[in-house]
Amino acid sequence: MAAALALPATYGPRIARAVARAPRIPVIWLEGQDCAGNTEAFLRASHPTVGDLVLEILSVDYHETLMAAAGAAAERSRIETMDRFPNGYIAVVEGSIPIADGGIYCVVGGRTFREIAIEVCSGALAVIAVGSCAFDGGLPAAIGGTTGAVGIGQLVHGPPIINLPGCPMNVQNLTATIVHYLTFGVWPALDGRGRPLFAYGQLIHDQCERRAHFEHGEFVQTWGDEGHRKGWCLYKMGCKGPATFANCPTVRFNDRTSWPVKVGHGCIGCTMPGFWDQMSPFYRHLPAPPPFPTDVTVDDIGIGLVGIVGGLAAAHAVGSYVRRRRLDRAAAATAASSEPPATAPAEPEPDSDAVGGNGGGR
Amino acid sequence: MTRVVIDPITRIEGHLRIEVEVEGGRVTEAWSSGTMYRGLERILQGRDPRDAWLIAQRACGVCTTVHALASVRAVERALGIHIPPNARLVRNLIAASQFVHDHVVHFYHLHALDWVDLVAALQADPGRTAALAETVSDAPLGGRSYFADVRGRLQALVDSGQLGLFANAYWGHPAYALPPEANLLAVAHYLAALDWQRSVVRIQALLGGKNPHPQSYCVGGMAMGLDPNSPTALTTRRLSEIRQLAEQAIDFVERIYLPDVLFLAEAYRSWFSVGRGVGNFLVYGDFPEDDSDDPAAFYLPRGRLVGGDLARVAPVDQLDVGETVAHSWYRYHDDDAVLRHPFEGETEPTYSGPQPPYERIETPKYSWLKAPRYRGEPMEVGPLARLLVGYAAGHEDIRREVEAVRDRLRLPHEALVSTFGRVVARAVETKLLARRLLVWLDALAANLASGDLAVADVSAWDPRTWPAEAKGWGLEEAPRGALGHWIVIRDQKIANYQLVVPSTWNGSPRDAAGRRGPWEEALVGTPLADPRQPLEILRTLHAFDPCMACAVHVHDPAGGSGIEVRVA
Repeated sequence: MAAALALPATYGPRIARAVARAPRIPVIWLEGQDCAGNTEAFLRASHPTVGDLVLEILSVDYHETLMAAAGAAAERSRIETMDRFPNGYIAVVEGSIPIADGGIYCVVGGRTFREIAIEVCSGALAVIAVGSCAFDGGLPAAIGGTTGAVGIGQLVHGPPIINLPGCPMNVQNLTATIVHYLTFGVWPALDGRGRPLFAYGQLIHDQCERRAHFEHGEFVQTWGDEGHRKGWCLYKMGCKGPATFANCPTVRFNDRTSWPVKVGHGCIGCTMPGFWDQMSPFYRHLPAPPPFPTDVTVDDIGIGLVGIVGGLAAAHAVGSYVRRRRLDRAAAATAASSEPPATAPAEPEPDSDAVGGNGGGR
Repeated sequence: MTRVVIDPITRIEGHLRIEVEVEGGRVTEAWSSGTMYRGLERILQGRDPRDAWLIAQRACGVCTTVHALASVRAVERALGIHIPPNARLVRNLIAASQFVHDHVVHFYHLHALDWVDLVAALQADPGRTAALAETVSDAPLGGRSYFADVRGRLQALVDSGQLGLFANAYWGHPAYALPPEANLLAVAHYLAALDWQRSVVRIQALLGGKNPHPQSYCVGGMAMGLDPNSPTALTTRRLSEIRQLAEQAIDFVERIYLPDVLFLAEAYRSWFSVGRGVGNFLVYGDFPEDDSDDPAAFYLPRGRLVGGDLARVAPVDQLDVGETVAHSWYRYHDDDAVLRHPFEGETEPTYSGPQPPYERIETPKYSWLKAPRYRGEPMEVGPLARLLVGYAAGHEDIRREVEAVRDRLRLPHEALVSTFGRVVARAVETKLLARRLLVWLDALAANLASGDLAVADVSAWDPRTWPAEAKGWGLEEAPRGALGHWIVIRDQKIANYQLVVPSTWNGSPRDAAGRRGPWEEALVGTPLADPRQPLEILRTLHAFDPCMACAVHVHDPAGGSGIEVRVA
């Protein structure tokens, strides 16, 4: 846990004491236009375990997927907690909130989810948006969606809102956020979009275990090729790690077992705003390799990041890119393989609007 | 006559409302209503078909991975791609591990509390619970101190005044039939399963990078390096880790899950005569054992049982699938009553229910789920359907396990078509698939040892090699039942995409002929001791393992702006 919080190891005992001493904070976990992927992620919590979370640390008073009560009795649990702990419970929001057409695209117990979400979140100690749908509308808000899906931060103003985007979120970032509050009495520092800096403060590319291959111009060119077997860089297969802020490479998933790039598939940028549109097509590589110095923060980039990558390119980054491309060509020229070096097979050359604008194809 | 409304139905994925009418202590009418819509098929339209699996997978996070697989299969069929054996085996391992994980979580965390009175467990004697546990199985969990510890945790929870997840349930309901010690045993295993599931699902993290929503598929195969001699690929070390996890899975399923289910089955025998349902069963079949794409080579066989005849297996053709919106909040351009094949389907969301806030839904259309039918018939899908079809088809493993369970419970074959029969079928299937993990793992290892490192067919990766128009479908068995994705690719983009998912089959509203969907049909006749505490309705419903996020769907005419969305 201390590592997830980027705290010195000596904080370990202090955190353990805080967890043991803390009252069980009531939690109302709301599900709107969701797939329950973040609920499933919650079930995978290992530090602390989900069992300890629900029995010893939190009091998860309302959670439709997990709670024993049903129907009106379930609703009573939600209302009792709101009455008993005004401004004293955490509202966790999973899924987007559809606001088009009077909110009829998500109705719970005969009431619109929009109405319930505003009611619950407005009286919360804090709101934690788990996953990308609760962050900015996510998939239901992608191009083609017609339900007026928004994230909770676009609907509720007042209580602190902590956004944990990702599809789904990494549950270690949720547990670390909660334990941070229990330990220090304050929520972790956030960036301009409400994301904890400890989790979203660094580019995936800068933490990536395949980074050395990027530096050496060693790229996977097609699925299953020699580079793929040797764990080379997935940039040319569309990896969005160079444009994505998250701690996946260091925290990994499922008790730190793995993460997609480790297995061999590129990052799809799922922690970034509007990623279903901004980062797709997912197998088209980024228009330019990472131009950012390592101290860039997500606030320096913001929405539409991949579209403006070229504009942000610092001189030294461009220089190093050119040098890498030379290395790449030289390596390819001397290799036994005669595959075209600069681009993935049959993909067009990178250009500035290849990723960001969806190419007008929709 | 009493009207009973349960909304939200909890301990499921997604948003479901059930309304029933009760007379003389039994349900006489039932309506199943999906109350959330997202529109995924519309969002898929116009995108790169190679991206579709990433989007479609988000149909459901509980049934994670299953929509990814159906999607890549649909695109691969459209483009004439045949995946290599290693990719087939890895996909089988991911899918089967999903079944094992999902079925166990469903039983303990989404269903057991319908049968187990958690508060009554406080009255249990830990020593007697330990003795009882010895008679249920040889599970390596137990002893007086183990059960005393569980009871202590439970007591602390109650004493805190914050019951959390367990507040306001129907504890003390007369339909709970277990002695206190049996309740404590089950609560202990609820907690054990919570820990176990975190661990066993690491199979998917090792093969897919993460769970939920593993991320290692690609159109053509799998996006993963295979090489026993590379430090970064799927190495022998990782394979042996998967084997260890699979063995843990088998151990839990055979020594805890299945024995618990059979123990409960004895205590709730009357539930083998409740919840019969529509009596039709549909199975696409899955887990290819060779690379022929022939359903005859599937580990779980394809087939259909009709009209309550459990002996004769009828063939299945995806062309016979159709959907009507006669009672769904959608509009067809001509006639809502007709059955449209997914390639010709239309989805125009047109809400005509009551304006919220509302107390009852009494409008002719009452759900965001469409009503799928096979040759016009409502069909039950899922573990029970698979076991019944496999049994009728003479599947050796299925016959052996089904007969063992039937003999142990002293039940006729027909008794499986019931609420508790579905619970038992799910557990039996879990045992079969957990064991199969080792077979596919060995086959993968043998392949790698032979030097076959192929993981994807990339011959059609380049969209410029594609025809101007292509159509495909991907059929699959998901944990909850038969799943199909249909795709139309035009000019290298998705022109139409449609999902017909298990919970749409099972949870469908009525069709134009007024025939109920399987949940609705199974609920009719369910006994209800107290309409204010409709525990029995939850039993019959949860036995199907509803999953609403997958089930809602919408689509447009294939010739025009094809669209399809399901939330089940």
